[in-house]
Amino acid sequence: MAFDAQYYNVGYLDRLSYQDTFVHRLDPRTKLITTLLFLFTVISFSKYEVAALFPFLLFPAIFLTVGEIPLGFILKKVLLVSPFAIFIGIFNPLLDHGQVAILPGLTLPAGWLSFASILLKFFLTVSMALLLIATTSFPTICHALRRLGLPSIFVSQLLFLYRYIFVLGEEVMRIVRARDMRSYGRKGTEIKVFVRIAGVLFLRTVERAERIYFAMLARGYEGDMPVSKKYHLTTSDLAFALSVIVCLFIFRCYPVTQIIGNFFRGIFS
Amino acid sequence: MSHHIVEFKDVCFRYPDGTEALHNLSFRIIHGESVGIIGANGSGKSTLLLHMNGYLMPTGGTVNIGDLHLTRKTRREIRKKVGIVFQNPDDQLFMPTVYDDVAFGPQNLGMDEEDVQKRVRAALDLVNCYDLINKPPHHLSNGQKSAVAIAAVMAMEPDILAMDEPAANLDPKSRRLLINLLKTFEHSKIIASHDLDLIFDVCKRCIIIREGTVAADGPSQDILTNKILLEENNLELPLSLQRR
Repeated sequence: MAFDAQYYNVGYLDRLSYQDTFVHRLDPRTKLITTLLFLFTVISFSKYEVAALFPFLLFPAIFLTVGEIPLGFILKKVLLVSPFAIFIGIFNPLLDHGQVAILPGLTLPAGWLSFASILLKFFLTVSMALLLIATTSFPTICHALRRLGLPSIFVSQLLFLYRYIFVLGEEVMRIVRARDMRSYGRKGTEIKVFVRIAGVLFLRTVERAERIYFAMLARGYEGDMPVSKKYHLTTSDLAFALSVIVCLFIFRCYPVTQIIGNFFRGIFS
Repeated sequence: MSHHIVEFKDVCFRYPDGTEALHNLSFRIIHGESVGIIGANGSGKSTLLLHMNGYLMPTGGTVNIGDLHLTRKTRREIRKKVGIVFQNPDDQLFMPTVYDDVAFGPQNLGMDEEDVQKRVRAALDLVNCYDLINKPPHHLSNGQKSAVAIAAVMAMEPDILAMDEPAANLDPKSRRLLINLLKTFEHSKIIASHDLDLIFDVCKRCIIIREGTVAADGPSQDILTNKILLEENNLELPLSLQRR
């Protein structure tokens, strides 16, 4: 059952990426580059920085709403991988006993601050990467990588991975179902059974690979994947990229949170 | 045109493990003919198809496609002439979107982008699947996959079309659509199948293969009505002829 659920989950993410919204229509290269820039900018902050990271939540929020991606789905996925980030940061509060002054008169324990910073960076980067995948179909990401100069052999590997992960997934699902049906209440998950299933799957995959290779040869494959030039940069792509870069720059170089805070304090005092 | 000929002359083939799959197999198919290849499981039908464009090379005898003699050097030319549609469309559709897959052949022929697009459009129109152009293959039904697989081969504009079990896994309606589609093609067609009704509908001529060699060769009208001959080859009368 667990396998089925995971399989359909991946399928759901895949289906999301074929929607038709403003974000989905953007040139994949723009999205890829801006996302990478976003990731590097977020990572570049010092380890005690928390407040300056908050404005960056704006980007995932915009992708999410404009791209019509369900928030719960993304949160669940982020939660799923969060143990990694938590374990990386969990000992910081114990090991780092220093005090950091955030505002005049307010100091916080450095350990907790760096832990919060790690979690926040983790949330920003992972959610943004997920959103990139949810708003850009995998083949278009591959085309973008190819157009940006990644060697053709890596791109073809990725394309085949994507194309056949679903075929293979269904194959595994059939085998697992057949096993469950004839395990008669026993778990049927002993290591011996698993090894055999893996072996069968491997052999089937090799045979399939051979047939695929033949199908490629039959259509004139000579060792080089053709590149299609379907995508064109439009003004909206450039405008999008430019505004993202400007925002990233401002968020990185100016303490936006503080400025906004001061602004509101100015109003209310 | 006389050059769309498929000729097998005393073809023998032995797999590396020693199994003899084809043994002195000879036939000649002329331009525009549609021929059904039938026979029991393991009789050598698929091996025969794999010889049609040089994936397997005969260990004895000769294969001629048009005026080309099949050798390792002429394989590339021959692959342009003979389009093969495989039994499992998942093996055939290896690219991530329908467009990319249908465009794969023409792009490999070195055509420029505009011509490729025209070819893709024409091929998909032919099988009534133009709407699917941006879908990934794993979002298609089996019938749609088969149709797209045929389009992908037709986009190469082959002279000769070879198919292995084209109607396997299709529901009756998709199968009927496929049969009607096949009837409209003017190519030389070679169809290997156990679906004798399909062969009866589409092919005028029929070849029975038994143990790697030709057991019978003649008009479908004669062969597919010969109950004794069919039963000798693990086959039976087409269902449409069984009603008495």
